Amino acid sequence: MNPLIELQRLTKVYGDDPEAQVFALNDLSAAIQRGEFAAIMGPSGSGKSTLMNIIGCLDRPTSGSYLLDGRDVSGLDKNELADVRNQKIGFVFQSFNLLPRLSALDNVLLPMLYDINVDLSAEEQRTRAAEALTSVGLENRMHHHPNQLSGGQQQRVAIARALINRPPLILADEPTGNLDSKSSVEIIDLLHTLHESGVTIVMVTHEPGIAQHAGRIICVRDGQTVDDGHCAEKTL
Amino acid sequence: MKFQKILRIAWEGLMLNKVRSFLTTLGVIIGVASVIVMMSISAGAEAAIAEQINSLGANLLIVSPMRGVPGAARTLLYEDALAIPEQVIGISGVSAEQAPAPQTVKASGITLESIAIVGTTADFPAVRDYPVAEGVYFTEQENDRKLKVAVLGAGLAKDLFGEESPLGQTITVGSTKLTVIGVMQTKGVVADIDYDGRVYLPISVVFQKYMTTNSVMRADVVRTIYVKVESQEKIDSVTTQITSLLATRHDVDPAKPDFTIQTQQDIIATQEATTAAFRDLLAWVAGVSLLVGGIGIMNIMLVSVTERTREIGLRMALGARPNDVQTQFLLEAVILSLVGGLAGVLLGVGGSLLFGAFGEMRTAIVPLSVPLAFGAAAAIGIFFGYYPATQAAKLDPIVALRHE
Ligand SMILES: Nc1ncnc2c1ncn2[C@@H]1O[C@H](COP(=O)(O)OP(=O)(O)OP(=O)(O)O)[C@@H](O)[C@H]1O
Ligand SMILES: [Mg+2]
Repeated sequence: MNPLIELQRLTKVYGDDPEAQVFALNDLSAAIQRGEFAAIMGPSGSGKSTLMNIIGCLDRPTSGSYLLDGRDVSGLDKNELADVRNQKIGFVFQSFNLLPRLSALDNVLLPMLYDINVDLSAEEQRTRAAEALTSVGLENRMHHHPNQLSGGQQQRVAIARALINRPPLILADEPTGNLDSKSSVEIIDLLHTLHESGVTIVMVTHEPGIAQHAGRIICVRDGQTVDDGHCAEKTL
Repeated sequence: MKFQKILRIAWEGLMLNKVRSFLTTLGVIIGVASVIVMMSISAGAEAAIAEQINSLGANLLIVSPMRGVPGAARTLLYEDALAIPEQVIGISGVSAEQAPAPQTVKASGITLESIAIVGTTADFPAVRDYPVAEGVYFTEQENDRKLKVAVLGAGLAKDLFGEESPLGQTITVGSTKLTVIGVMQTKGVVADIDYDGRVYLPISVVFQKYMTTNSVMRADVVRTIYVKVESQEKIDSVTTQITSLLATRHDVDPAKPDFTIQTQQDIIATQEATTAAFRDLLAWVAGVSLLVGGIGIMNIMLVSVTERTREIGLRMALGARPNDVQTQFLLEAVILSLVGGLAGVLLGVGGSLLFGAFGEMRTAIVPLSVPLAFGAAAAIGIFFGYYPATQAAKLDPIVALRHE
C-alpha cells in the first residue's frame, strides 16, 4: 500500500530576487506511512513550519511533488486545495485558533459547514460534534465559550474540531507550545489515543520529551531531512 | 457549500457589532426614505395637476391679455370673444370672463361682505366642465338682453339661504337686484379659487353695473376668454386661427401679439416647476445618502475584513473556498444594505404620510417605489461590498492565520 504522505524533491523558495532568495525547503524527500505518529524536529528556521504548510495543503511547493493518499496535490488550485484540507486533514495549532464568539460545540462544527460531500441534517451534525467533544473528554463543556476554558481544554476543543470530518491525517504544529507540562501530557495522551484508533499524526515540536511519544522522529535542518538518530541530541 | 449556511455565517458576523452595523446602514436608510418621499411627492403633484385640469375643463385654451405690455390689459374685448365662434373652426364653446371688484351681497336679511363675482357667458358651464346642480344657467339671449339674473356657487347658496331653495329668490349684489335662477355643483377650492363662494352673472350685466368706465377704460374689456376645442388634435390649429384672428382685430404683428394663448400643457408646466425644485432637492439627498451609505458599508466591510483576518485564515484552513469567503462578506454587505432598505422604506412611507397630513405638499405613495428602493439598496450592497469581499477571498491562509 502506498504511503499516506509521499514527498519527492520538494523545494520552497521565498523571494524573487536571486541574490536574496531563501530556500526554506531544499530538495526534501520523505514518506509517512498510514498509521504513523511522526514528530518533526529541528532548529528554528530549519523549515518545519514550511514543510507542515505544504503537507497541510495550505501552501504549494516551488518544485517537487507531493502525493497525499495517492493523489498528486502539488498542482491543485485554491478551491481543490480547500476541499482536500476539509476532507483529508485536521489541523491543531499552537495558538488553538478557536473563534471566541462561538461555543465549543459551534467551533467543532465549523469544518462541517464547508464539507461539500457529507450532507447531514443540522441535528446529525450537532450529534456528531457532541460525540467528538465527548471523545476528548469535554462532554461537560460543550456550551462553554473559549474564554471560559483552560488552555488544555481549548486545545482539546481544537482536536475535536480536527476530528469532526474524520480525516485520515492530523497535523499539529507545536500543539503543546502554549501549554503547561500537565496540560501538555494530557494533549499528548489524547494524540496517542487517536493514533491507536488509526489516525496518522504529524506533529512539530521543540521538546524532546514530547517528541519521544511519537513512533518516529523526522529531523529537518536547512530545509532537508537528516539522519533521524542524531536529531534529538542536536536540539537538546 | 450551501447558500443558507453562508447566510447564517454572514448574519452572525453582523451581530458581532450590532451598533456599528446599525450606524453603517443609516446612509442607506436616509437614501431609501428620500427616494420614497420624493416619488410620493411627485405622484401627489401629478394628482394635483390632474385635478387642476379637471377644474379647468378638458381641451381648453386660455386667451388672456399679455402681461407686461402697456395698455394690453385693455385690448381684449368682449367683441373678440364673440368673433371667435364665428370665424374659428374646430371649437365647441367660448366663455368670456370678467371679474370686477368684490361686492356686498344681501338676501333675506343676510348680508355678506366682499363676495367675488364673475361675469360669464352662456357657454361657461360647458366650457369649464362645471355644471349647474339646481335650476338653469342663463342663455345667450338672456345675456344679450342684460337680464338681471344670477347663478350661485353651492357654498354661497347655503350661506345665503340655508336649506331653503334659492331659486326665484331675489338677491342684491352691490346696488343691483338680481333673481337667482340656478345653483352650481360643488367644486371646492382649486388653485386658490373658491368656486363655491362666487356669484356667476351674465357678463353684459357686469359690464353695465359693476365696471367703472372712463376715457381710457372701456366697459367691455374681458379678463380671460376660455375656448373649448373639439378635440386634442385640433388644439394647434385652433391656436393658430385665434392668433391670426385676434392679431388682425388688434392690428398687431402675430409674432408680437398683445395677448397670450395658453394650453393646459403650459399651465401644467408651471405647476410642475414648483414641485420639481423640491423633488430635485430630495433626489440629490437620496443620491448623496445612497452613495455615502454605500461608501460607509464598504469602509466598515474593509475594517471587518482586517479585524477578522485570522478568522478568515482559520475558515480557509478548515476548508472554506475563496468563493465561500467572498460570498460570506458580500452577503454581510447586502444584508446591511437590505436591512437599511427596509428601515428606509418604513421611514419613507411614514414620512410621506406625515408630509401629506401636515405639510404644504400633497403626497401619494407609489407602490412601485418600494421594490425600486429595495433594488437600489441591494445593488448598493453588492457594488460596495464586492471590493472588501474580494480582498477577503484573496487572503493567503498562512499569512491570515499569523495575523495578530
Ligand atoms: N513568508 C516567508 N517569506 C520569506 N521567508 C520565509 C517565509 N516563511 C518562512 N521563511 C523563511 O523560511 C525559513 C524556514 O522557516 P520556517 O517557519 O519553516 O521555520 P521553522 O522551522 O518553522 O522555525 P521555528 O522552529 O522557529 O518555527 C526561515 O529562514 C524563514 O525565515
Ligand atoms: Mg515554525
